[in-house]
Amino acid sequence: MRDVAVIGIGMTQFGELWGKSLKDIFVEAALKATEDSGVDHIDSMYVGAMSSGLFVGQEHLGAVMADYLAVTPIPATHIESACASGGAAFRQAYLEVASGASDIVLAGGVEKMTDTSDVTEVLATAADQEYEVFHGVTFPGLYALMANAYMHQYKATREQLAAVAVKNHRNGAKNPNAQYRNEITPEQVMTSTMVADPLRLLDCSPVSDGAAAVIVASMDVAKKMKKNLIRVKASAQTSGTIALHSRESFTTLPSVVRAAEKTYTMAGVTPDQINVVEVHDCFTIAEIIVSEDLGFFEKGKGAEAAEKGLTSIECKRPINTSGGLKAKGHPVGATWIAQIIEIYEQLSGTAGERQVKNARIGMTQNMGGTGASCVIHILEAI
Amino acid sequence: MIPSRYVREIPQRYRLEGGKCLKCGHINFPSRLICPECKSKEFEKTVLQDEGKLLTYTIIRVAAEKFSQETPFAVGIVELNDGVRVTCQIADAEEGDIQIGQRIKLVFRKIQEDGKAGILCYGYKGVIVG
Repeated sequence: MRDVAVIGIGMTQFGELWGKSLKDIFVEAALKATEDSGVDHIDSMYVGAMSSGLFVGQEHLGAVMADYLAVTPIPATHIESACASGGAAFRQAYLEVASGASDIVLAGGVEKMTDTSDVTEVLATAADQEYEVFHGVTFPGLYALMANAYMHQYKATREQLAAVAVKNHRNGAKNPNAQYRNEITPEQVMTSTMVADPLRLLDCSPVSDGAAAVIVASMDVAKKMKKNLIRVKASAQTSGTIALHSRESFTTLPSVVRAAEKTYTMAGVTPDQINVVEVHDCFTIAEIIVSEDLGFFEKGKGAEAAEKGLTSIECKRPINTSGGLKAKGHPVGATWIAQIIEIYEQLSGTAGERQVKNARIGMTQNMGGTGASCVIHILEAI
Repeated sequence: MIPSRYVREIPQRYRLEGGKCLKCGHINFPSRLICPECKSKEFEKTVLQDEGKLLTYTIIRVAAEKFSQETPFAVGIVELNDGVRVTCQIADAEEGDIQIGQRIKLVFRKIQEDGKAGILCYGYKGVIVG
């Protein structure tokens, strides 16, 4: 396996993009990434999307996007792994370059969620249809089951959950591509509409349109093209039980723990050496549980850490400097690609108001469903 | 819903039938072709215990369109006495009645309607027994 670098990034504004189509936004992000990298061609491409078939009625996304990006006849493949689709697409691009099969590969992600009326039903397809969704449970509902179990087990408070959303909106306010650029107060979170007890509207990531893309290349190509070299230091993907109820515990995500172990080993680093992290905060409780499962806080201490502000940009353990899924938006397939774009900017020193000082090593954690799939990468500025 | 898809689940949903692994004794619900615990492929039919305890729950206030007339409704994860865990609605309870650790019994109820002309879908819901 040879060294792989990210050499170009591009994303659309995240939000309710009523005037733009699924194809429009993907091609916009892909063109930006290609231009940013400076390459004159790509060898192949992967498109991460959770459910373009149900959201828009369009499948066969690899070919659709290759056609509209004017790169046919290169291989173009749609990768689906629910909310981890973008991470899984990037990992395929990484492996293709690392293996030597290709030198320059585009990894993109896209979701057009406002073209359908019943987003709740579409998102629920990431859970077990016959044994979870049949009974009426929703995705906020599944994470609420985790939140209730966590609060019961560790005596965590509603205020502690709210702290995650407040911090992520504060970061999102500094991100020009974020769907929500407004700061919010703990009171606003705790009085927002109840969605699935104890989770309220402002505990939930929004319905979003958006696309993001990166260009992945061999280190040889990267050295010719770029001054700032951002190397992919580790890549891991894991799976877990599809149903939440099949897990021994509802307050830890085994797929996240395993993927984290693998990436730390591959990168030869410990959690303490990670300077900046983007995690999959589809709901506030998810950020808390994941921050523990990644080894940043002891089990049961993540909620307290959020409340104390230990995860804010200026503290030792900055999490979701981009605003996270909560404020930046969560166009499902694009989410992880946008995470790696944030880490790329942080490691390149171009994150502006959100910049973490001296960030050298960054991590992205992306998961599908209630953690039935997880993709983690560690990147390093060299 | 295509009727065959519904009919396939009737043994599990109406009669709580699972598959007990003949090698390690693990009960799979629904039954599977390979045991996730020991990889054995030999199972015998078993009927789940219909009582257990509530491990966690939530009240769904915003549901998919199919369930939008039902809100608010409670959903929980119940660990049955034989160790099998299921996700199901908690029925016949007022808000505030439901607590983690309560004893739950699974009962036969209508779960959803498949539109005006579609089939009625039945299965199990939990009720609090103390």
